[in-house]
Amino acid sequence: MILRAEKISRRFFRQRKGSNVFYAVKDVTLEIPAGTLTELTGRSGSGKSTLLNMLAGLLEPTEGKVYLDGEDLYALSDISRSRMRNERLGVIPQGQTALHALTVLENVLLPGQMYGNACSEERGVQLLEQVGIAQLQNAYPGELSGGELRRLAIARALALCPGVLLADEPTGDLDDENTRTVLSLLRRSADEGLAVLLVTHEREAARFADRHYRMDSGMLLEEKEH
Amino acid sequence: MKLERTLALKNLRRKPARTAALVLLSAFLALSVFGGSVVVASLRNGLKSYEARLGADIVAVPYQARTKGTFESILLQGIPGMFYMDEQYYNKICTIEGVEAAAPQFYLASTSAGCCSVPVQIIGFDPEKDFTVQPWIRESFALSLGDGDIIVGSELTVPKDGILTFYDTPCRIVAQLGKTGTGLDTAVYTNMATIKTMMRNAESLGFHYLTDTDPDHAVSSVMIRVANGYDVEAVTGDINVHVRHVEASAAAAMLSSVAGGLKSVSGVIGILVAAIWVLAVVILAIAFAMISHERAKEFAVLRCLGASRRMLCRLLLTEAAFAAFCGAVLGVAAGALIVFPFGNAISTALELPYLMPSALPAAALALGSLLLSALAGALSAAVSAWRVSRSDAGLLLREG
Repeated sequence: MILRAEKISRRFFRQRKGSNVFYAVKDVTLEIPAGTLTELTGRSGSGKSTLLNMLAGLLEPTEGKVYLDGEDLYALSDISRSRMRNERLGVIPQGQTALHALTVLENVLLPGQMYGNACSEERGVQLLEQVGIAQLQNAYPGELSGGELRRLAIARALALCPGVLLADEPTGDLDDENTRTVLSLLRRSADEGLAVLLVTHEREAARFADRHYRMDSGMLLEEKEH
Repeated sequence: MKLERTLALKNLRRKPARTAALVLLSAFLALSVFGGSVVVASLRNGLKSYEARLGADIVAVPYQARTKGTFESILLQGIPGMFYMDEQYYNKICTIEGVEAAAPQFYLASTSAGCCSVPVQIIGFDPEKDFTVQPWIRESFALSLGDGDIIVGSELTVPKDGILTFYDTPCRIVAQLGKTGTGLDTAVYTNMATIKTMMRNAESLGFHYLTDTDPDHAVSSVMIRVANGYDVEAVTGDINVHVRHVEASAAAAMLSSVAGGLKSVSGVIGILVAAIWVLAVVILAIAFAMISHERAKEFAVLRCLGASRRMLCRLLLTEAAFAAFCGAVLGVAAGALIVFPFGNAISTALELPYLMPSALPAAALALGSLLLSALAGALSAAVSAWRVSRSDAGLLLREG
């Protein structure tokens, strides 16, 4: 599965002196092929998360197109695009994103209940085992540490066997050990054939990635091997 | 929908304080809608019952009774009263053109003294001439009343032996009437012979209610039916002109004063209920706006997982509907516990005919109140649901 962005830009309006238009992302063309882990770094506010959200079908580009296996994401209706995101894209949003009304296992099974592509309880437990928190399956998110919550988010994103995994700073504010665990999980996903995009500030991430990009003021720059 | 239902229930369960606040607001709303509608319905029923029980086109009473409002106090509030006029006035009324039928009634108030079982209004009527009481009595008692027989109103407690004594006159209770919501619910009915016997016994016990009129030739009121083709107002006027010391009133005029009171009370209740409804909708809308703002990230995460805008909208509306429905059930139950057991107190406070709706109309009112409260819940959540569904998950996540 290939996720491809073609000359996408996202323009915002804001009140300030001079021009009130600014580009969070400008003319970005990017392909995330299956079986690779693509690392995207950059300073805060450089447009990394905006790019990831556009790739995830969550934020419509003001210019350009996003294709998933040749299908224009933003030509689809909201329902079709939501369904495609549910079935074919795994998104790990920034921060703590567990739903606090649900247990850990229920969080993992949730994507499978949206359109009837039920993820079996067995697979849910299996995913939790893979990320090392199976013993917490009946706990509520409030009882989990930051690292455990990130692992929960990874397990949930993988629940419906997506072709693409988009992770937005999944190691933010984690200690070294948890950082390595999360990065290893993403590396393993890429090795299993997923197209993985990792937005991160983490220097260590470079070690796990196949390709490296950097965002600077909305522009995408390809980095050479570290 | 199953997912939305499950998620909504789990969200409500995991946030008990928030849920309790929403449920309480909805309960308050349902209580006021249900309570208010039952009171208004009871007043309307009371007016209808009052109209039906009056049963005459014109009521004539001694002038003094009319001016003191004694007759209406008996009818509306069940305050025992007595007033008398000579039978000759009844005979004069019968001669007025347009009077088709005239039925005399004789009133006696029992006392709380030992000679009487309970202090009530006793109404004596002439079975030969009566056309107002008997049609109503026939609903409960098909035979004719014998001497010493009485029929009691719905509010009176029937003793085990079925005997009530008034002025040392033991009377056999032969039937109990259905509820009317008027003062007549505490009255006792009997024939003219029995009430005259009571009057004589009262005299011998030292109660001199009649000083200048012979009890056997006295009446308290005359119920008049106007012949077809005659104008009630005109006949009323003729009676007042030609029969001195008597005040005749058209039943419609008596009803209109009650209806006027009812209209103003109903109006106040209606305005209060509407104000509470609007206020509750506004408060609920603010509550849902705050809740949806607080949960913006949660909704953005759901979008990331594949929830469509419509799904988010349904989720919030389902939560609102559950909370509003639970609150509405509680509110209606609480309302029922207030308006039904305290019906008599409400009636006394309002001083208007008050007849509570029977089971079926009450159930319809409860259902209507449930729906109105649920609608308020849905309406108040609708704006927030729309805003949540329109919000840009990408921007929300970007802003953290």
